[in-house]
Amino acid sequence: MVSLLAEHGDDAKPLAGGQSLVPLLAMRLTRFEHIVDLNRVDELFGVTADNGGVRIAAMTRQAAVETDATVAHRVPLLHLATPHIGHFQIRNRGTIGGSVAHADPASEYPAVMLALDGTAEIASASGTREVPAAEFFESTFMTAVAPDELLVALRFSAWDQPAGFAFDEIARRSGDFALAGAAVGIGTDAAGRINRAAVGMLGVGPIPLRASSVEAALIGLAAADADPHEIGRLAADDMDPIGDVHASADYRRRAGSTLVGRILASALAQLTQEAGNG
Amino acid sequence: MADQVPLSMTVNGRTRRGMGEPRLTLADFLREQALCTGVHLGCEHGVCGSCTVLMDGEAVRSCLLFAVQAEGADITTVEGLAPDDETLHPVQEAFRDCHGLQCGFCTPGFVVSVAAFLEANPDPSDDEIRHGIAGNLCRCTGYQGIVAATRQAAAVLKGEGQ
Ligand SMILES: Cc1cc2nc3c(=O)[nH]c(=O)nc-3n(C[C@H](O)[C@H](O)[C@H](O)COP(=O)(O)OP(=O)(O)OC[C@H]3O[C@@H](n4cnc5c(N)ncnc54)[C@H](O)[C@@H]3O)c2cc1C
Repeated sequence: MVSLLAEHGDDAKPLAGGQSLVPLLAMRLTRFEHIVDLNRVDELFGVTADNGGVRIAAMTRQAAVETDATVAHRVPLLHLATPHIGHFQIRNRGTIGGSVAHADPASEYPAVMLALDGTAEIASASGTREVPAAEFFESTFMTAVAPDELLVALRFSAWDQPAGFAFDEIARRSGDFALAGAAVGIGTDAAGRINRAAVGMLGVGPIPLRASSVEAALIGLAAADADPHEIGRLAADDMDPIGDVHASADYRRRAGSTLVGRILASALAQLTQEAGNG
Repeated sequence: MADQVPLSMTVNGRTRRGMGEPRLTLADFLREQALCTGVHLGCEHGVCGSCTVLMDGEAVRSCLLFAVQAEGADITTVEGLAPDDETLHPVQEAFRDCHGLQCGFCTPGFVVSVAAFLEANPDPSDDEIRHGIAGNLCRCTGYQGIVAATRQAAAVLKGEGQ
């Protein structure tokens, strides 16, 4: 595979689930002399438990991620985000690697990968390298994967602490790309004090973004005392939305930060429930 | 123009062979070579769902697959859902009973999608039905009849009668 990409350079394009690439070809928005189909490369499929986390091979279908028990247990945010991707017919073909390599700023997986500091395993004819999420998304539809490289897998570590996770988005219809959305993980120490906060946002910038102001405001608070709606409002400063036919920039900023507040509330509720039960 | 390549797959239980360019879509192969004209092409970029077929049991957009990718696969189109020409599949029957169609263009895609959806969710709530049919577009019915048809088909398939 990688030698085919090395040989044909910019003229070749890998084909994963085809749920983004084939529409682009059909609409004549792009054109490639060679299409390299990854669908029969067995080692690019599957989820493996790995060092307390998971390694998800690039061609793993979104539908397989959705139902995988290891993913649900170790990386709950991926499990929660997946049903928001398109429709079940799309998820039957679409892959996690394709979603991340395509890097649509309104996509679910890139925001989750960024929030959780996932890493990308990227291979070329000259070897394999690992790229952290923070360096992976370069600009809209552009990633660290070069034309002669292949995204081979994504790695996520599990959170070994009390934690709450939530994902939601605003879309006009079920399955539409999100106008705004966020993935939230909040972790505490044994005393219930927040020592880890991960907030990734989609649809509110040229690439997926982290709500760093929100994360900073959460750290050090007792989970039971944090006011999610007040803190969620800070997300507006972390956004860089554009207006388009679907929603104005102002709408995305305001609706998006209200949504972040709601998602924080849901993640915090899991923590306080857990503490109550434990 | 690229060279023609041989194609072979099972369509509605029969082996179908043909020839086509590597970029021939599965939808065009099914319509033009396997003569399954129930596979309708609406948008040809994955949005409308009219071309939905089952590939190895899973509902997929046939406009977003190349025919070569289905080499050796087992394809079911709307023509292959019912056991024979005299019988309708419970989903087809429910669409007829509940006015789940008007012009009929989107219907094959809906029927295939709903059959696959009910296979995975035999007892859906109305809300789940609405999410389940969201991947198919209908410009006539306003969807009420389609939701009702899905509800009826679910009951029939569960063996509850009508
Ligand atoms: C109707 C519809 C609704 C949709 N809604 C959503 C939605 O709400 N949210 C969402 O996130 N997506 C949505 N999608 C897109 C879908 O999730 C795609 O599956 C995904 O964006 C791309 O994954 P793919 O496996 O289909 O990749 P492909 O379409 O095959 O490829 C996409 C791009 O990534 C590159 N690529 C793929 N795999 C690799 C690899 N391993 N290494 C290097 N490059 C690679 C390809 O060369 C191509 O440039 C929708 C699609 C449709 C048709």
